[in-house]
Amino acid sequence: MATDITKTFKKKHAAILERWMKNQLADAGLREDLMSNEDLRAESDELISALINSLNERNLDNVDSGDFDHVVEILSGISISRARQGFSPRETGLFITSLKEALIEVLQEEVTDMKEFIDISVKLNRLMDNFSIIVFETFIKGREEVILRQTDEIAEISTPVIRVWDGILALPIIGTLDSARTQVVMENLLIEIVESGSSVAILDISGVPTVDSLVAQHLLKTVSATRLMGAECIISGIRPEIAQTIVHLGIDLSGIVTKASLASALQYAFRTLRLEVRKTIIKRTE
Amino acid sequence: MDRIPILRMGQFLLVTIQVDLYDRLALDLEADLVKMVSKTGAKGILIDISAVSIVDSFMGRIIGNIGVMSKLLDAETVVVGMQPAVAITLVELGLPLKGVYTALNVEKGMDLLESKIQVIEDEIDPDDDFDADNT
Repeated sequence: MATDITKTFKKKHAAILERWMKNQLADAGLREDLMSNEDLRAESDELISALINSLNERNLDNVDSGDFDHVVEILSGISISRARQGFSPRETGLFITSLKEALIEVLQEEVTDMKEFIDISVKLNRLMDNFSIIVFETFIKGREEVILRQTDEIAEISTPVIRVWDGILALPIIGTLDSARTQVVMENLLIEIVESGSSVAILDISGVPTVDSLVAQHLLKTVSATRLMGAECIISGIRPEIAQTIVHLGIDLSGIVTKASLASALQYAFRTLRLEVRKTIIKRTE
Repeated sequence: MDRIPILRMGQFLLVTIQVDLYDRLALDLEADLVKMVSKTGAKGILIDISAVSIVDSFMGRIIGNIGVMSKLLDAETVVVGMQPAVAITLVELGLPLKGVYTALNVEKGMDLLESKIQVIEDEIDPDDDFDADNT
């Protein structure tokens, strides 16, 4: 007589949960700082209930069956939340593989016929492996979302426009300039020019590792846009290597004011605005 | 038919574009401005485009043309109040408006025009003196 695995699992619900929890807790890498044992138990219980309720003789070897939709949903939810909380792939993987172990262990105790045990466990293995794949897919998707969000944030943060003086703006660029970033830089700069009514903008590229023809083109665009707004744009922080690259690539920057350091750019800006910085002479009174 | 008013203020002509320019209007403006410059002998043109939010390549070219044409008639052109989005669009279209000067607002634009006229007069004055000495 074939063992009804659905009934077996239903009967052994509590035992499976205990074993699974034991397996999970046995792992040395368990992150108790990220998730309390109670939360873990509640999460595990929810998944087991959903799995046991949707599992039956017919769909055991068919992971695409609609019966598992609820299980897949729970699994995806768990792995996405783990990705966001900062769990490692190993920890997330262990979550699902340790469930497989618990199920097989329980099965081993219940099913006496060797042939039948192997048959069921092969099918069960295949099912659980498919679940593992789903877990990893959603985990990676979750991580990618986090990375994309951070990339956006970095792009936002890394382009501050500084008011150095009344009428002078400085914009230090750190990191590689690509089209998307240039767009952000340009927009921020132009908006700030309007808001502050500045007539000189200093674009400092000492934090840009390499300048190729594309980056140079982006810089030229920013400078022309600033000029169209009615402000002057100075490029400063050109390192010797970058000067060499620019000449070797045959990029024409002759229409632009370029300075070696931010200090000399500022000095030039002061001169344009007819400002003067002077050392005060303190007259000593005898 | 719509026309963009051209105001005369001393040596300068003021144009404030309050509506989005369509092609016909821009062409009329170009023709009117050039006629006005030659009629009044204006030394400078100030075009305020702070209310213009959309430009295309045609518009960009018209503004550039006005600059070059008035330069031929010995008048400087200053475009003021360009919005960031408009500036980005013009740069992306490859129209850096080489023939015109730009300023942030009307006040700075007038200062710029006056300084340009000043420079020209300063250049002329010594010549006049020189002629006077000769006679």
